[in-house]
Amino acid sequence: MIKEPKISENQREIWREPVNFGRFAVPKGEIHIFPERCKECNYCTNYCPNQVLERSPEVNVYGYHPVRVREDKKDSCVACGMCQSICPDFAIFVKEVKIQ
Amino acid sequence: MTEVEYHPKHELIREERFPHVWCPGCGLGIELQCYLNALEKSGIPQNNHVLVSGIGCTARIPGYANLDTYHTTHGRGLPFATGMKIANPDLKVTVISGDGDLFNIGGNHFIHAARRNMDLLVICSNNFNYGMTGGQHGSTTPLTSKSASTPYGNIEPTFNLPYIASALGASYVARWTVMHPRQLTKSIRTAMDVKGFAFIEVLSPCPPNFGKFNGFKDGFEEMEFYRKSSVVQNDAKLEDISIDPFHGKDIVLGDFVNRKRASYITLEHELIDRIRGGGQ
Ligand SMILES: Cc1ncc(C[n+]2csc(CCOP(=O)(O)OP(=O)(O)O)c2C)c(N)n1
Ligand code: SF4
Ligand code: SF4
Ligand code: SF4
Ligand SMILES: [Mg+2]
Repeated sequence: MIKEPKISENQREIWREPVNFGRFAVPKGEIHIFPERCKECNYCTNYCPNQVLERSPEVNVYGYHPVRVREDKKDSCVACGMCQSICPDFAIFVKEVKIQ
Repeated sequence: MTEVEYHPKHELIREERFPHVWCPGCGLGIELQCYLNALEKSGIPQNNHVLVSGIGCTARIPGYANLDTYHTTHGRGLPFATGMKIANPDLKVTVISGDGDLFNIGGNHFIHAARRNMDLLVICSNNFNYGMTGGQHGSTTPLTSKSASTPYGNIEPTFNLPYIASALGASYVARWTVMHPRQLTKSIRTAMDVKGFAFIEVLSPCPPNFGKFNGFKDGFEEMEFYRKSSVVQNDAKLEDISIDPFHGKDIVLGDFVNRKRASYITLEHELIDRIRGGGQ
């Protein structure tokens, strides 16, 4: 097996793989959004495995409805990084939250 | 007091230029992010990476990368990059450009860069049309699909890019879509270590042109279409993998070729050493 080279904090958050899934706590993520960059393509809302994101009714300066975290899904982000990798606009990223 | 917040790729992008020019749902931003992820993992210092493009929407990618970048003339990214690589072989030179740029106006340069096995990484963003100029068809447009210049459907056969690159002798050949960011990143990362010509075709949605002309409501529908039509087959027979998704044919993805073949820079340096050593 080829070992991945050592990677940065952010990278680790993006490429986390569920090794020995049962033995470890499910990771938690904190979502950061740049509302002025979002172009409402809805890739993140559709490809988030836990449906954490939705379009907000607000309108940004370019006339798009930026995404936001759903009120009822505030604790559902598993820091998988899908939204960050699939966002063409660098408008969203996730930070993994340390669970004690 | 709120601190200014930056994207994790802050060091690698020109963040002050965002939001970028691309349309909602355009895949090019994903491609940029995959390239930067691979660059971070490459272990090659940021200063040694150079990104070159021709003209088109794809060709604007280098403008957002915080590297030494060159936006050249239409179809001429490859000869420009070839000159730069020969002049300074320590650089990791990547050419990122569109299907029209690399295979239509610049097709002849592609043939010869691959034939020489020139030490370059070439990423071709294939959105099946000329995005920037309003969606005209070209050599990569699938059969019967519509475009600004084929309103009744395209009757021309479609270039099979991995097959062409492989037949010309490229050391590395792959095809992915922006719907496969992880595999694409790995592929670019692998290709960064290849000696010789490395070619990666990346399928990318163009919602207002190719998408709209072919009945896709938005970028997401086009992404879903590519996702559902794609199969991964690394050992595919390349002559069979032309893109023809509107007649039920799967789009074949994979890391197809990774072989050792003498590269141009290796041969050139061997030659120089031989002549300097008094040889013939
Ligand atoms: C010499 C020259 N001919 C034509 C053009 C007009 N032109 C600009 S972009 C483009 C097509 C680009 O298509 P592609 O490489 O597929 O890029 P995309 O926009 O689809 O990413 C053309 C024909 C030009 N700029 N220069
Ligand atoms: S990191 Fe994963 S789980 Fe969290 S919002 Fe993004 S896509 Fe959803
Ligand atoms: S993927 Fe990015 S641009 Fe698209 S809706 Fe989500 S945050 Fe907005
Ligand atoms: S025209 Fe197509 S390729 Fe160009 S920015 Fe828009 S979606 Fe992207
Ligand atoms: Mg194109």
